[in-house]
Amino acid sequence: MAITDNSIHVPTSQPRKLRKGTTWVGRNLPWLTLLPTGILGAIFIYGFIVLTIYISMSASKLVPDYTFVGFEQWAKLWGMRRWGIAVNNLFVFSGLFILFATTIGLVLAILLDQRIRHEGAIRTIILYPMALSFIVTGTAWKWILNPGLGIESLLHDWGFVEAQFDWLVRRDRAIYTVVLAAVWQSSGFIMAIFLASLRGIDPSIMQSAMMDGASSWRIYRRIIIPQLRPAFFTAVVILLHMAIKSYDLVIALTNGGPGTATDLPSTFMYDYAFDRSRIAIGAASATMMLFTIAAIIVPYLYSELRSHNRSRGHA
Amino acid sequence: MHDIVLGERSTTDRILRALVYAILIGFVLFYLAPLYVMVVTSVKSLEEILAGGLLNLPKKLDFYGWDEAWNNACVGTECRGMAPFMINSLIASTLATIIPTAIGALNGYALSLWRFKGSELFFGMLLFGAFIPFQIVLLPMASFLGWIGWSSSLTGLTFTYIVYGLPFTTLYFRNFFVSFPIDLVNAAKIDGIGYFRFFWRVALPSSVPIMIVSVIWQFTNTWNDFLFASTMTKLESATVMVALNNFVEVANGVKRYNVDMAAAIIAGLPTLVVYLVAGRYFLRGLMAGAVKG
Repeated sequence: MAITDNSIHVPTSQPRKLRKGTTWVGRNLPWLTLLPTGILGAIFIYGFIVLTIYISMSASKLVPDYTFVGFEQWAKLWGMRRWGIAVNNLFVFSGLFILFATTIGLVLAILLDQRIRHEGAIRTIILYPMALSFIVTGTAWKWILNPGLGIESLLHDWGFVEAQFDWLVRRDRAIYTVVLAAVWQSSGFIMAIFLASLRGIDPSIMQSAMMDGASSWRIYRRIIIPQLRPAFFTAVVILLHMAIKSYDLVIALTNGGPGTATDLPSTFMYDYAFDRSRIAIGAASATMMLFTIAAIIVPYLYSELRSHNRSRGHA
Repeated sequence: MHDIVLGERSTTDRILRALVYAILIGFVLFYLAPLYVMVVTSVKSLEEILAGGLLNLPKKLDFYGWDEAWNNACVGTECRGMAPFMINSLIASTLATIIPTAIGALNGYALSLWRFKGSELFFGMLLFGAFIPFQIVLLPMASFLGWIGWSSSLTGLTFTYIVYGLPFTTLYFRNFFVSFPIDLVNAAKIDGIGYFRFFWRVALPSSVPIMIVSVIWQFTNTWNDFLFASTMTKLESATVMVALNNFVEVANGVKRYNVDMAAAIIAGLPTLVVYLVAGRYFLRGLMAGAVKG
């Protein structure tokens, strides 16, 4: 675990020239530095998490009411039709979002890895959406996808008079427009992850495979893509995490509508906690979001930190 | 570079190469299209917009949309355009960039070069804070800000950004300092160079690449934030994203798409400029830091 030659707890064992290190403050400076952040984290991260979970188990409605009611609100939440829609939408959205963003990201990375002219410029263009706010891009996509003057009228202009593209305002299709905008915004970042990983592969492995006469398709399928496993893992964790937290894009693009057709747990939470003032239900939905993310992130962080320390051990 | 697909110069390889370029150009157009549509729509007159032709260049440049968006657009009952909200965002994002970056640098330094018992656990627990869905702290934070008298104020919002930015900035600096030459650190410790002196003279000057990452990260994320900003501000203290959404959502009468698009470009321009100027450094740092844990 900790690297011994990198930590000095006992300044008295040092030769000569001991300076401020001998005072109590001097000896304890590292953790004293971290104290303010530790206090803030203890209150605003962990304290508030506990508080929100507690609210979700209280009788709170319009105002906080700290009477403990156990899992009553959780049961109520899971019995709500609208929460069911939100959870279902999250499955549809995150499934498609991850599938498309990963596929497009991988394809783009492989294509960009072919000694492409102007690679830097192309990368810049593919990645710029990441810099923009979902509110900005949601506003743009809302205009582009609007049935009257957007893509639909463009298709009419091009001669497809019968063409219909009104997904933005259709209950059964609106969620796919959210997927489209989210993939457009995030696939470039996934490309960057895969490209970094591709550039890390030892070229000699591929050269020898080529010597053996393997086709490029086979080399990619059998040799290169399997080596990208850690990148796949990272990409999926990041995308899943983004999907669960997605909020602004839905607000700007569909505002959860038509009706509640594009509600996600995040928009549900905000609506119940702040607009409808059903605080305990809002807190319960936030708790579900936290648990879902924790189930993904905690094992991921654990494995990352462990492998990190292991590789450092030899340094 | 692994030009497997395009090894020898046979006819098939040429065709493949052309195909690769064709697909890439297709994607480039796909990524550029929304930006293009935004820009051309913003400089068209409303009549021209309503006549259709989404992708057409404007027949005549019309800056009505930009003028309205910057000077007169109404957000709620305020009709002063986007400018005042840009200033709010600028204040909040600047403070929320400088303060967490400074604290994060010290934290990262302590966590990587001066490890103590429990420092890894501390780091792990703080790291988790970078991944939580912020919905889980939204209700208590709103009550807390009300309790100390900062509700619906820019001060409260800035404080929120600072607190929840710390896990990220600490993560970046910690991961950067971890690969610091250990011999240098040990030599300094034996020479009895002080904790802060080493930080100030050696560690901090060397950490410019990760400082850029931290600055870009904090600025972009706070500028683009909507969840906290919409919860913790009111009309006067609204950030530009809250103003934009409000403005686009609650416009009454005919929708003025040119004004909408101009407002969206104005709101998005600062982070876009930051990306174009310093994006390279950011990505390099992200790859080395956050992604690889």
